Amino acid sequence: MSENKEIILSVKDLEIQFTLRGQTLTAIRGISMDLYKGESLAIVGESGSGKSVFTKSFMGMLDKNGKVTGGEILYKGRDLAKYKTQKEWLGIRGKEIAMVFQDPMTSLNPLKTVGKQIQEAIVLHQGLKGPEAKERAIEYLKDVGIPDPERRYKQYPHEFSGGMRQRAVIATAMACNPEILICDEPTTALDVTIQAQIIELLRDMQRKYDLTIIYITHDLGVVAKVADRVAVMYAGDIIEVGTAYEVFYNAQHPYTWALLSSLPQLGIKGEPLYSIKGTPPNLFKEIKGDAYAPRNPYALNIDHEIRPPYFDVSPTHKVRSWLQDPRAPKAEPPKTIQRMLDRWKEVYTNE
Amino acid sequence: MSSENIQREKLLEVKDLWVSFGKGRKKFQAIKGVSFDIYKGETFGLVGESGSGKTTIGRAIIRINPVEKGEIIFKGKRISGKIDKETNKELIRNIQMIFQDPMASLNERAKVDYIVSEGLYNIHGFTDEADRQAKVRKAMMDVGLPPEFATRFPHEFSGGQRQRIGIARTLIMNPELVIADEPISALDVSIRAQVLNLLMDLQRQYGLTYLFIAHDLSIMRFITNRLAVIYKGQIVELGETEKVFQHALHPYTKALISAIPQPDPLSERNRTVLQYDPSVHDYTVDKPVWTEIEEGHWVLANEAEQAAYRAEIQENL
Ligand SMILES: Nc1ncnc2c1ncn2[C@@H]1O[C@H](COP(=O)(O)OP(=O)(O)OP(=O)(O)O)[C@@H](O)[C@H]1O
Ligand SMILES: Nc1ncnc2c1ncn2[C@@H]1O[C@H](COP(=O)(O)OP(=O)(O)OP(=O)(O)O)[C@@H](O)[C@H]1O
Ligand SMILES: [Mg+2]
Ligand SMILES: [Mg+2]
Repeated sequence: MSENKEIILSVKDLEIQFTLRGQTLTAIRGISMDLYKGESLAIVGESGSGKSVFTKSFMGMLDKNGKVTGGEILYKGRDLAKYKTQKEWLGIRGKEIAMVFQDPMTSLNPLKTVGKQIQEAIVLHQGLKGPEAKERAIEYLKDVGIPDPERRYKQYPHEFSGGMRQRAVIATAMACNPEILICDEPTTALDVTIQAQIIELLRDMQRKYDLTIIYITHDLGVVAKVADRVAVMYAGDIIEVGTAYEVFYNAQHPYTWALLSSLPQLGIKGEPLYSIKGTPPNLFKEIKGDAYAPRNPYALNIDHEIRPPYFDVSPTHKVRSWLQDPRAPKAEPPKTIQRMLDRWKEVYTNE
Repeated sequence: MSSENIQREKLLEVKDLWVSFGKGRKKFQAIKGVSFDIYKGETFGLVGESGSGKTTIGRAIIRINPVEKGEIIFKGKRISGKIDKETNKELIRNIQMIFQDPMASLNERAKVDYIVSEGLYNIHGFTDEADRQAKVRKAMMDVGLPPEFATRFPHEFSGGQRQRIGIARTLIMNPELVIADEPISALDVSIRAQVLNLLMDLQRQYGLTYLFIAHDLSIMRFITNRLAVIYKGQIVELGETEKVFQHALHPYTKALISAIPQPDPLSERNRTVLQYDPSVHDYTVDKPVWTEIEEGHWVLANEAEQAAYRAEIQENL
């Protein structure tokens, strides 16, 4: 589906390292990925797998001890991986690529009214002034579904409820008029009804402004709802990427199988949930072969030796696993996700 | 955690609990007359929207928030209001809370080793240094963190990793009742499964009782025996979890259940979410009361609604 689409951001062999007390940690280990204009891409994966670090690097927001040590981040003919100064980043941050974080309080200034904060973004990024900018700010508040926007314009963040604050953050991000919006766990702190509203809101905004959205979330229910494509990360790498249907119903990487099997929705009450044994690899050490191999019950000998390349399952579906090699033995996915595979047949026969 | 083999011994009783913040015109009534019991060995869930008062109830139980009216009883003994030193000490040992936001509550300047054993220091919970280290090691492995991480500082961890440190420091205390306030919401699916399994294991092993606070209903359905739904400081429905999921009565509960996202793109794409509109209740004359509408199934409803709910129950039979 995304084949003929325009690529808005292209990451090539990206490597990011952090220095900690003289030691080097490789958080992103050679990721290549294209982002298509107007799509919703969800990034899922274990905690510490590098989802935040990966996307923060598009905005020059890595912590001070971290830097891009290899590869390219191509955006509108520029290589963001080469950006060094804050001044260079100012041309990108907010204006081209904006971010919504899990905790709205970290992105709002508690000492300024919500309206002022949105207005500042408008003045800075849209060149409007005075009453015009104010009017626009109120419009954004209305856009994100905040009732009585004139009154709310004058209020401080603490006078907003959690869900309203998250809307305000989205309004501020939208006021910068970005091309790409990165939402890092945007609804984790919200209850399901508010969460459903925020997701609806983001989809409206996406349609209205032709936004490209990257969702980072642990909630595969949310992913199922919003994502056109899904990228699965493990230990600083994207190990599987495909359309939502492909990744949910026809997953190929054993880590993706494990991820799906761990869902409480697929569990049986009173019995333990499927859980991945062992711990993620130590990123301070060099990783040999497939990073998931030591925890992978399906691992082949070669998995411990050589890092697998990407194999194409379909033009939109790529998997980094030796199981895809024609010489590999056939592996049966676990029973817990059989229902998902049945769904795949359903999709397939309908097409 | 099947409900049949749970002894119906009341471990905690919350009776007509009221909690407020501020005074005079600024007074905010956060909890408005909440009552429920938690049985020994069960997992009792508390679910509701942000700001509905879930954390406030948990904090009232461990005496951080003062109780304005009502009573909290633990193992037959009142633990709210004025209590003696001995009771207070027992309370600290026996009721532990896993805080919602361990990111903020972790001491950034202490090493993980100290953070995890801090509670043990307070109650002299180890025999010697070797014993303490062994306990820390075990707690860390229980929550899926390599024990070598003990020498690191909190800022060196990702969000989910830090949350696990917060859980390890609670479990190391061996409490009887654990109030788990959103203990897994920031965790990824795979670690979440590990932590849920761990919490269930510990329950089986030590007969632990949980008050489990979360807004993720799919997790609630999986882990809790009974579930209470709270809306703006009042519990609106309480019952056996499966009952509540299959035959919810209160419109707020129905809206919540309709909003649970499923990991299934086909069904997600054409699903409608119900919105709760509190104005459907006409409480001007006929006031709502907390009623046991069928055995073990409670709902907040006035006379007219009770009649309607009874009819609904008949239909479902
Ligand atoms: N400032 C830093 N110094 C050292 N290591 C860091 C720093 N920031 C991140 N890391 C490491 O980089 C890796 C990736 O972290 P990142 O925050 O991107 O994970 P994540 O996938 O977003 O996890 P979560 O789901 O828990 O938010 C982790 O191993 C983390 O410990
Ligand atoms: N110390 C306090 N002072 C004033 N108001 C407070 C205080 N603590 C809580 N409140 C208010 O009491 C209400 C209930 O808060 P509580 O933290 O219990 O909600 P919650 O259900 O845990 O929400 P969440 O899901 O967001 O954690 C909220 O309106 C909150 O603003
Ligand atoms: Mg993150
Ligand atoms: Mg809370």
